[in-house]
Amino acid sequence: MKKLINRQPNRYARWFLGLLPFALLLAIYIGASSARLAENPDDPLLPSLTQMAEAVERMAFEPSKRSGDYLLLQDTLASLQRLGIGIGVSAALALIFGIANGAIPYVRATLSPLVVGISLVPPMAILPILFIVFGLQELAKVMLIIIGVTPFMIRDMQQRTLEIPEEQIIKMQTLGANTWQTITRLMLPQIMPRLLATTRLALGTAWLFLIAAEAIAATEGLGYRIFLVRRYLSMDVILPYVLWITLLALVIDFLLNRWSRWRYPWFHATGQ
Amino acid sequence: MAMIEIRNLWKEFGDDVVLERLNASIEAREFVTVVGASGCGKTTFLKMLLGTETPTRGELLLDGKPIPEEPDATRGIVFQRYSVMPHLDATGNVMLAGELEASRWLGRVFGANRRRLRDDAVAMLKEVGLEHALDKYPHELSGGMQQRLALAQALIKKPRILLLDEPFGALDPGIRRDMHELVSRLWREQQLTVFMITHDIEEGFALGTRLWVFDKERLDPQAPEAYGARITYDLAVGRDDTGVLDDINADVDATARTIDTQTPQPTGEHP
Repeated sequence: MKKLINRQPNRYARWFLGLLPFALLLAIYIGASSARLAENPDDPLLPSLTQMAEAVERMAFEPSKRSGDYLLLQDTLASLQRLGIGIGVSAALALIFGIANGAIPYVRATLSPLVVGISLVPPMAILPILFIVFGLQELAKVMLIIIGVTPFMIRDMQQRTLEIPEEQIIKMQTLGANTWQTITRLMLPQIMPRLLATTRLALGTAWLFLIAAEAIAATEGLGYRIFLVRRYLSMDVILPYVLWITLLALVIDFLLNRWSRWRYPWFHATGQ
Repeated sequence: MAMIEIRNLWKEFGDDVVLERLNASIEAREFVTVVGASGCGKTTFLKMLLGTETPTRGELLLDGKPIPEEPDATRGIVFQRYSVMPHLDATGNVMLAGELEASRWLGRVFGANRRRLRDDAVAMLKEVGLEHALDKYPHELSGGMQQRLALAQALIKKPRILLLDEPFGALDPGIRRDMHELVSRLWREQQLTVFMITHDIEEGFALGTRLWVFDKERLDPQAPEAYGARITYDLAVGRDDTGVLDDINADVDATARTIDTQTPQPTGEHP
């Protein structure tokens, strides 16, 4: 018999083992939920799957009695718009300043300490400032995402730019490239897939800031809804919303990964 | 007048003397192979020719003027690794020099100009034996093919001087022999002046017209960095001369052992 560290599960075993913890968690939840509901049918803490399905039906497929909107759709679009603008602006800033910092020592000497300083400010601590300065509208929520993720994305892009082998930068110059051409023909194309990888990581943080901002001041949005129904202990709404947010995050991550593999096959082939 | 002149050249990193009192002159179209132990300043010397290091004393002249202190199109280079752009296919890598020259801001060309550059690139790739790999990316090529691509990419710019930093060090012996033929042929056809660093003295003898050995004439076993390396042999090669080869081998090995036992990481090689 081989040692445990040398034994590999086959394909079916891997699927089975991977799904097993999910199935166990679900079974534990269903057991606990029916035990509580048997004692008190109005218990709100662990709603049954049927109750959650009813809540989803109400939120997603029936227009709201008050406004006539489909609330889940409205919340999702509002949140995705904030997230998209926030992360898009952050990625663009990270690309520009990260490459500038990584490529040009004079820019790096000027901006790098500033970026490090800003990245150490806890963004939630300046959320009140954002609300005061930018008002309670969309801008403040998008700004929180931008301020929360841009500094560390810039630092990461700067580091990736500095990691481009010196040999290639020298080679570009021996082929006649000036500074601008070295940036646009060598650094930019090599940094793009790394930007996508960093964006995938930053999305987790961006969701955190999005939901935090929506919880405090919003009239729609996934985070707003969760914190709104919390007042009524509506776990039957909160749990499906959390699962929905998780699913959205998963889909975005998957799409970014696919995009990167489609556009930059050389990057994924060289062991990154 | 000689193309490159080296006058009393020193290179020091702090107290660490890498090269001292180098004097030499090189005519156009010479093929200089440089051998020596690790830590004897071969790469530092190449970097000075390239412009990424500057001499601390003395002069390094190209056509009677100090050599430019940054890399430019007069000096092409092939490194042991990372010489080609991983994000471009073989043709794109070879077209790069032409695109950079034709379009200052975009670095890209389109239409008829692009087709012309592409034809030139394909011809160059044929020259180095990569006609079957035109649209392959570097990661799809073997080590030898990558170095062929790096040569094609450097030579299409028609540099006056070609610098080779152990270009075949990572290749299998059989592939190496093919590459030797290729480099010799390109050197003759393109009328290049070549500097090649190698660890392999036989390669140095076989390829060059002139062989330099970088070695420390004065070597303090307690402090190998106290004295710099010099050019201890400057030979016209290309003929059978095994006696000298054995002498050089013995000298270089002795230096290599002393440096190796004293300094775990030779500081001169990668300052």
